[in-house]
Amino acid sequence: MRHFTSILKRELAGYFATPLAYVFIIFFLLLAGLFTFQLGGFYERGQADMAPFFAWHPWLYLFLIPAVSMRLWAEERKTGTIELLVTLPITLPQAVLGKFVAAWIFTGIALALTFPGWLTVNYLGDPDNGAILAGYCGSFLMAGGFLAIGASVSALTKNQVIAFIVSVVACFFLLLLGFPPVVEIYSGYLPGFLVELVASFSFQSHFEAISQGVIELQDLLYFVTLIALFLFANGLILDHKKAA
Amino acid sequence: MIEIRGLSKHFGPLVAVRDVSFSVRRGEVLGFLGPNGAGKSTTMKMITGFQAPTAGRIRVGGHDVAEEPVAVKSRIGYLPEGAPAYPDMSCRGFLRFVAEIRGFHGRERERRVAEAVAKVHLEGVLHQPIETLSKGYKRRVGLAQALLHDPDVLIMDEPTDGLDPNQKHEVRSLIKSMGKDKAIVLSTHILEEVEAVCTRAIIINRGSIVFDGTPEAMAARAPKEIERNRLDWVFRSLTTSDVEA
Repeated sequence: MRHFTSILKRELAGYFATPLAYVFIIFFLLLAGLFTFQLGGFYERGQADMAPFFAWHPWLYLFLIPAVSMRLWAEERKTGTIELLVTLPITLPQAVLGKFVAAWIFTGIALALTFPGWLTVNYLGDPDNGAILAGYCGSFLMAGGFLAIGASVSALTKNQVIAFIVSVVACFFLLLLGFPPVVEIYSGYLPGFLVELVASFSFQSHFEAISQGVIELQDLLYFVTLIALFLFANGLILDHKKAA
Repeated sequence: MIEIRGLSKHFGPLVAVRDVSFSVRRGEVLGFLGPNGAGKSTTMKMITGFQAPTAGRIRVGGHDVAEEPVAVKSRIGYLPEGAPAYPDMSCRGFLRFVAEIRGFHGRERERRVAEAVAKVHLEGVLHQPIETLSKGYKRRVGLAQALLHDPDVLIMDEPTDGLDPNQKHEVRSLIKSMGKDKAIVLSTHILEEVEAVCTRAIIINRGSIVFDGTPEAMAARAPKEIERNRLDWVFRSLTTSDVEA
């Protein structure tokens, strides 16, 4: 546990040691605002809820989360510090989890800084704050899913640009599987149960339910499994590189 | 302290290390010599658990690297090739991080860091980010990190590379003084270094050991008419003659 926290602390401090973290947070907040007010029509809807805010999160994360996760392992490989990290007396899960949780906390901080939106909604009307909390939880879980995928991809290469692009493509694919226009396309070819199965692999459908304030076990399980699966893959990739 | 049996490493069709066996006892300072690409770094990476061998076993302090990696890693101090360190951390922050991972906390952590800093003379740059340090200082940060926990086994890949003559001298005296109660393996291209600090030399060429003995025994292999740089002569004869073989 102590090893895990040492790594977590170092990683988290690493984010704020460079201007990158602040640039990321500002960019995240700007885009979140733009999506909510311009594309989401926050005022025009005349409803005191945060649905237009959460609705765009999958697309916001699509580009921003890979920007966080791309450096996780690729940078260690590039600077050679991975050799140092791996030869310290820690286990692989401690390293993988420490890095992942640090990145997750960092995105959590960015997400939490959108709180003025929540204040605004409460000032303007009488929203269902339970549903908003559920939306934040769902968004945070989804960010974890994106991050876990990005962490695995980052372990594959020492080039951060490649890590970024491959992560975006992988996440985009998972998003599209549940995007209604895309579902329409493949539902013409596949039998009904397969359509549902394929669509259930997507972030979109699981996040949509949570963001509307409906927390169901299957949606939670989806994200937890997704994170666990990709962190496990992350460990396997690192272990494989050791033998190769 | 270190026992290596039948160690091999293949990278695809390339054989980097071929059936290498040797042991290092406490009190020995082993100089690991060989041309670039001979398999020195690869062997060290396998001892420290960074790379997995294709075949063979490595035991450090009685623990098998493949079976008890954490036990082995906690007994080793390792200076990897190029002395990598997190560039945006300060020198002290980095050493504190390594100390924590090595299991030192609170006052003990500060004591360990201060000791290591004093050993390699880093006092003046403690608060500087590592990326702003010169090559020599970076190397010393790497050394401090490897010495911090006073390990039984020290593995150093080119510890004096990039140091000026004064620093080289200091690091050599440091290694010599530690050599009495540790098992030390260091790789180098500087053959005087072998004479100055090593009690034993191994020359590795194209993945295999071609010489294992004391620096004196190595020098004795040179013909009588060679008066200067006798080690160089032996090194060249052992690592270039079998090109056709």
